[in-house]
Amino acid sequence: MSLIPYLIAYAGIAVFVVAVIARIRMYARMPMHLRWELYPVPHEASRAAHGGSYLEEVDWWLKPREVSKAAELKAMGTEILFLEALHKHNRPMWRSSFPFHFGLYLVIATTLLMLGGGVLTAVAGGFGASSFGSVWYGAVVVLGAVGMALSIYGALGLLRRRLSSSDLADFTTGADIFNLAFFVVAFGCALVTFALFDRDFALVSGFVRNLVTFRLEPVAGGTAGIMVGVSVSLLAVLVAYIPLTHMSHFVGKYFAYHSVRWGDEPNLKGGPQEAGIMANLMQKVTWAAPHIKSDGQKNWVEVATMDYKTYGGGEKK
Amino acid sequence: MNKNVSIRDFPRGDGPLTELNVRDQDPLPFPYDKLDEEPGIKPLSDSAKEKYVNLDNTIAVNIPKPKTKAEEERLVTGFLSGLQKLFSASDNWTFLQPLVISMEHCARCQTCSESCHIYAESGRNPLYRPTYRSEIFRRFYFKYVKGGQTWARGDMELNWETVARLIELAYRCNLCRRCGQTCPIGVDNGMIAREIRKLASQELGIRPRELHEDGSMLQQKVGSSTGMSSIVVKDNMDFVDEDMSDKTGLTVKTPWDVEGADVLVMHNAGEILAWPENPGAFGVLLEAAGVSWTMSSDLAAYDSINYGAFYDDVQLARTLLLHIQAAKKLKVKKILIAECGHAHKVLTVIADRILAGELNIPRESWLPFFADLVKQGRFKFDKSRNDFPVTLHDPCNITRLMGISQPQRDIMRAVVPEERFREMTPHGVNNYCCGGGSGFAIIGGHNFSDWRFRGPGRRKFRQILNAFQGEKMDKEHPKYVCAPCSNCKGQIRDLIKYYDAWEKAGIGYGGLVELMVNALPAAKPGFIDWEWH
Repeated sequence: MSLIPYLIAYAGIAVFVVAVIARIRMYARMPMHLRWELYPVPHEASRAAHGGSYLEEVDWWLKPREVSKAAELKAMGTEILFLEALHKHNRPMWRSSFPFHFGLYLVIATTLLMLGGGVLTAVAGGFGASSFGSVWYGAVVVLGAVGMALSIYGALGLLRRRLSSSDLADFTTGADIFNLAFFVVAFGCALVTFALFDRDFALVSGFVRNLVTFRLEPVAGGTAGIMVGVSVSLLAVLVAYIPLTHMSHFVGKYFAYHSVRWGDEPNLKGGPQEAGIMANLMQKVTWAAPHIKSDGQKNWVEVATMDYKTYGGGEKK
Repeated sequence: MNKNVSIRDFPRGDGPLTELNVRDQDPLPFPYDKLDEEPGIKPLSDSAKEKYVNLDNTIAVNIPKPKTKAEEERLVTGFLSGLQKLFSASDNWTFLQPLVISMEHCARCQTCSESCHIYAESGRNPLYRPTYRSEIFRRFYFKYVKGGQTWARGDMELNWETVARLIELAYRCNLCRRCGQTCPIGVDNGMIAREIRKLASQELGIRPRELHEDGSMLQQKVGSSTGMSSIVVKDNMDFVDEDMSDKTGLTVKTPWDVEGADVLVMHNAGEILAWPENPGAFGVLLEAAGVSWTMSSDLAAYDSINYGAFYDDVQLARTLLLHIQAAKKLKVKKILIAECGHAHKVLTVIADRILAGELNIPRESWLPFFADLVKQGRFKFDKSRNDFPVTLHDPCNITRLMGISQPQRDIMRAVVPEERFREMTPHGVNNYCCGGGSGFAIIGGHNFSDWRFRGPGRRKFRQILNAFQGEKMDKEHPKYVCAPCSNCKGQIRDLIKYYDAWEKAGIGYGGLVELMVNALPAAKPGFIDWEWH
């Protein structure tokens, strides 16, 4: 095993971090949009059960607003962990998508445990040999193996649906097939490595430990070393690839829910939204249809308040 | 006719791609359970086929077929130019973030399809999937805005036929956003349909005449899309007041332009002409409750409609400002929005990111306001006057898109005997659109109305029939569909007429205030006289 898997792993992590930050930045820096919420909104507390909002309250702007962050967190938790919306509205797809995603979560948890184990070993040399360390690495083995198996099972199920369902065929691109196949190959390779060469995850844990401590030494020789190197390289490329595709929906979904579907923060006089509103209204309008009458020069305030007589409307009173 | 039209077929040929085939539909409940006895869809005339772009043997937008190469190119270059503007922060700050999220992250899992009443009632014709138009538009986004990625995102040929068909297809969606509610990721195909409409209107000047020339432009010119000037509307309201006073025995006089009134009431002016008993009932109730209220005769302020909500952000902003300026001038404490769903959404949630400072005048739905008056005991009701089966339609704009679904039920409980009320399935935020949403209720050229009844509206009609199953389905046993929204009410009126449902099943309709006045013991009985149909 050479340096290459380490370099690929560092590069994969770097690309992932940069791409995710870039995507978050892209959405976060977009101008404040119009309110466009969709009920039920879970943080509406006692009203959420029937899909209600504070707009059900007479003179709502004069009253304290009841917001339940706990209900919002609960809704987020069940959606992230169990894909509740898919379970409710598309059960056949959930049967594959849930194991696929849940397997990924387990693999992420495994990676975090290995990273944590690496740090603890670096700090306290005997961590791996301690009884707590045994439990820790036992969890790594169980979560890692189960996670990869679940993800492969889910990815194969999704692939089968993509290839056989007439509902999906028309909308499936080469990339959709490639993405799922990539998961199957990367996790499959890692699972084979685990089953044949690394039953206790010692080699891959050692690789992660080396990654954390920048000791870029081989963790094994021969076929085992090659398989570990290929597995981690494939996984690192996958990690880099995900945020460059629509699979970065973990970022998009955050904004879709918090900024759009659940974005019901009222704009009260003198409130924080006013600056954003004024900035938006000062933007230039370049739409070209005749009724806009902007000539590419006017801003939104000018276009919306222009003398209606000028553009063919009625006389302003 | 091809029923399984692929998105790859979209740029090809110049005839219709497919059509809503009534033989593919599931039968309705009794007494409409024989598919071949349902009224059909009139064929599109030969002259319309000759003259306009024909997507699916019905026409909403009337896009003339280009006569020259230059006209063809103008459609394509205009589309590309508008596409860039839709993804610019200055031209489309209004929806940039939601649009980009919906472009970038759709998994194309089709979870949304089953939630769409149009797709379901079409017998699952792929053209009417919420994802069909979105996917075509998305491919253009990745190809022309993001520059490439056709292998990853799919390719789509751009020609004038594709542009014209895409615009027409944007008017095969009610913008009810039920699909968005079911999307696990948060992709909003209804919003995408509206963005395509916006591109067509704001860049190419293409939209249905009913929404623009006869809609928002007429409203901004004379004051109302009904064509009523302030003089005419005042005259009409005088007649309404007189009629209401005769009918109820209670004195009603609509106050106009009262400075300092607590409440500025805004009606959809269509009510004044088509259902005068509705603004009349509002007057009766506001007077009975002793509310300090007024209407405004300022330009557009006596018509709460804002058709920009369906197709054009600039038109939306212009009408909104006219509404707000009228309220500011009268120094009212708040604007009260009467029975009009899209006016609710525009004036409350959408306006909330447009109005600032002195223009940020409180706006409120009439539903919590009246529910509160009921709770305060400002009215005395005799529920036995509404002793007939009643079901409640939930307007999408008021429930799913604003979160108001309890106050109307509180009012309903106060005025209708409990055993007479039947909820639709599903209801509240999970309701189905009436089929008239996003302007469909007023778009009626060619055979589009038939398509609207036989497609989008058929799910609502199915729900209504299901709600009344177990009742005697004849004219001697009247049943009331309560639709507290003017556009929804218009669609339900038209559905009842299309299916002859008053004669055949005794199904009538009206608003919620009519049920309230009908239950007022202080008023003469029989306010709802079942003669409006």
